Amino acid sequence: MSPRPRPQFPFSAIVGQDEMKLALLIAAVDATVGGVLVLGDRGTGKSTAVRALAALLPEMRVIVGCPYACAPGAPQGICDVCRDGPEKRHRTALVPVPVVDLPLGATEDRVVGALDIERALAQGVKAFEPGLLARAHRGFLYIDEVNLLEDHIVDLLLDVAASGENVVEREGLSIRHPARFVLVGSGNPEEGELRPQLLDRFGLSVEVSTPSDLALRVEVVRRRDAFERDPKGFASAWAAEEAKLRRRIAQARRRLDEIVVPDGAIEQAARLCMALGTDGLRGELTLIRAARALAALDGEKEVSLAQLRRVAPAALRHRLRRNVLDETVSTTRVDRAIAEVFEA
Amino acid sequence: MREAATAAWEDAMLAAALLSIDPAGLGGAVIRARPSPVRDRWLAWLRGLLPPGTPLRKLPLSIGDERLLGGLDLAATLRAGRPVAERGLLAEADGGLVLVPMAERLSGAIAARLASVLDRREVVAERDGLALRHGATISLVLFDESAGEDETCPPALVERLALSARLDAVALADATLPACDPAELARARASVASVTVPRDAIEALCATAVAFGIGSLRAPLFALAASRAAAALAGRSVVAEADLAAAARLVLAPRATQLPSLQGDEVEEATDDQPLPPADTLETENGSDRNPGPLADLVIAAALAAVPPGLLAAAGSGGPTRATTSGRAGAAKTSVLRGAPLGARPGTPGGSGRLALFDTLRAAAPWQRLRKGPEGSDSGPRIAVRREDFRIRRFRERSETTTIFVVDASGSAALARLAEAKGAVELLLADCYVRRDRVALVAFRGKAAELLLPPTSSLVRARRALSALPGGGGTPLAAGLDAARALAESVLRRGGTPVVVLLTDGRANVTRAGTGGRDIAEAEALASARELAAMRLSAVLIDTSPRPQVQAQRLAAAMAARYVPLPYADASALSRVVRSAQPWRTAERAA
Repeated sequence: MSPRPRPQFPFSAIVGQDEMKLALLIAAVDATVGGVLVLGDRGTGKSTAVRALAALLPEMRVIVGCPYACAPGAPQGICDVCRDGPEKRHRTALVPVPVVDLPLGATEDRVVGALDIERALAQGVKAFEPGLLARAHRGFLYIDEVNLLEDHIVDLLLDVAASGENVVEREGLSIRHPARFVLVGSGNPEEGELRPQLLDRFGLSVEVSTPSDLALRVEVVRRRDAFERDPKGFASAWAAEEAKLRRRIAQARRRLDEIVVPDGAIEQAARLCMALGTDGLRGELTLIRAARALAALDGEKEVSLAQLRRVAPAALRHRLRRNVLDETVSTTRVDRAIAEVFEA
Repeated sequence: MREAATAAWEDAMLAAALLSIDPAGLGGAVIRARPSPVRDRWLAWLRGLLPPGTPLRKLPLSIGDERLLGGLDLAATLRAGRPVAERGLLAEADGGLVLVPMAERLSGAIAARLASVLDRREVVAERDGLALRHGATISLVLFDESAGEDETCPPALVERLALSARLDAVALADATLPACDPAELARARASVASVTVPRDAIEALCATAVAFGIGSLRAPLFALAASRAAAALAGRSVVAEADLAAAARLVLAPRATQLPSLQGDEVEEATDDQPLPPADTLETENGSDRNPGPLADLVIAAALAAVPPGLLAAAGSGGPTRATTSGRAGAAKTSVLRGAPLGARPGTPGGSGRLALFDTLRAAAPWQRLRKGPEGSDSGPRIAVRREDFRIRRFRERSETTTIFVVDASGSAALARLAEAKGAVELLLADCYVRRDRVALVAFRGKAAELLLPPTSSLVRARRALSALPGGGGTPLAAGLDAARALAESVLRRGGTPVVVLLTDGRANVTRAGTGGRDIAEAEALASARELAAMRLSAVLIDTSPRPQVQAQRLAAAMAARYVPLPYADASALSRVVRSAQPWRTAERAA
């Protein structure tokens, strides 16, 4: 039986969960924000939202046949196709932005890439077979149940996510190729804790819970039911909304570089991070970048306090030093600090 | 009793019928039943309901990824001289049922893979140099054979299966089989997709889910699917009240975490720990919840009648119903840690090492030309594999540690220094948290021992349980040690490694039977201590008496525990003692 992918639930049809949707949109506008972590109860539509994002993203231009999806302006010159450097004119094509799933139980060779065994056995050629990291380049790498991922795979990811480059030294191969992707993880904290190093790698972290409002819940069930019964019809009913959102993302991407970040905003971000005692500068950087992406999405010309305020919980809540004997939820601490710093 | 058993059997039969009508939409069923003629009869009936030719696969708990998801076909690969993929069990079961006996022992890792296949309706695996994608629309039947409250099926999986039924109280005589008409079922199967749902039915199901404290939105969706299947089974084209009631019994009641209060004040409770919705939606929420409508009342009543009796007790006492959830979560984590693959390394298969076929082939691949000798000699095998190519799989063997604190809260200890003991435990708790251990808390005072906190990694809950612990009464030391032993056994069963930390002054004066008598009580305590010692666990006894006592030392010797008098132990010393009790030597038993 041939695989027949199920149509995706449309992103714009997701009821509520505004913080999660916003974080994913911000990551879609500015990949340098550094990934999104979605933690929450079961049955809150975490995976639905991430997989829906794949269908929403504007297409990207690549060199035809390049296994690393090089952009036409910047070929890496590591595969047979774009070896000749930037001078050569390549055939290009528009392809969907990859949203690559890292399934649980994936083995190391499939993640980083390995010797192409078929060619090695049949032709005696030492060739590299790119792995999931190569496929996710310029796109998204999605890990569902990220807290259940095996430790040795987590180690690989940490290194690549930090450097943007995958270095393979195995079976006599020595390959390095770019692997810049937005890491998206989702999980249920009750299933196990996330390693602190991995937690820190995510730019934004959002917490989702099921809506407690009956009317909202009824609407979620109704839409989901309509989708299950007629996926194609449901998708076409939402096509206009999806197209609108897609245009908004594309426009925000174009305008991102023009957004002004005033010194005042940077100072406010720094003061907030100091008040919360976050480690390092990654918190400030992420906060500013996320606020800038949000300003672009909102059609603003410069970053203001309003954007900082909206993205601060997602950008900072996972960077707080955990006091094991303090029961206060991180979100509450961030909210309190926002009130103190921004209203002072 | 007899009536309840008949009702349970009828519900189980209904669950089987609904599952046969809409297997993919319902995801599957959790059947609480040990192997028994009743279970066999239920399963045979389910088989009879399914269309002929439906694949039916049994999932062994020890299944590896290559058989579960698919992998390299050894014989075909060697014959062809190139990697040949083989479908796994889940892909083979496409369009059918997968049966999981002893589901409470299912590892978290396998549960997560099954959950992903249920969600996506296809098997996606990246392993052994192969990218596998196979359609796999399956439904699962989990047989929950758990003995006690401490064992439960993986919650991530239970969440994705619509139906639940219990066969444990059904006698064979009650398990009568009705006639079943295959043509009727085929008709129901064909019509289930076109069954319409009245407008207020979705509201009624959602309101019922909220009233029973069910957070996940999968529950009302599954209830909707179940009510459609029930309507199709009855030959209706519109969902009727009876169908909603059946869905409430089979889908919603087993998931209840609280009982509906008729005043509607559970909404306020529910919003407490969740971000407050905007004010305008809050209005409608309260309004609609106070008057959920007659249909919702009916569905709630139907679900109420089917709520398992154990839950009633828990909700009635106001006890934390989430307690078991955390226990389950810990269990899943244990299984993931244990036996996690670490990649392959050179070695010889056999004994403990399993051959990593793909890595072996890959190691052999670069040498094939050299080994084949002169060009064109086809006499040898297609692939020449030599001993030095062998790669074996490695697994992580560490198992999770659960530190069991056994705290003496009796009068003698309380007078002495219960507060100090609490302080010491709290510091140890913080230490356990840092090391990602799980902790459990048993206290004994008066006539008996009490499990205050089942194994958890939630420090907040541990602290709460400890600070609420009252002192006073006799010292039922034997009962405390027995409780610790029972808990340690359950930790071992799940593959964890228990460490027992006993805080007492060792002066037992209450017997197991709950009567006074110092001599008998001490003899019993020593006997219990020796039974604990027979389990060869790591144990620490912290003597809480003002001056070190000979009783406590004797007890420590009997239970083969390290003896630490509290007066000489500051916080960091205590922490060191407990850490040094980490028993790596017990890991091989757990594995």
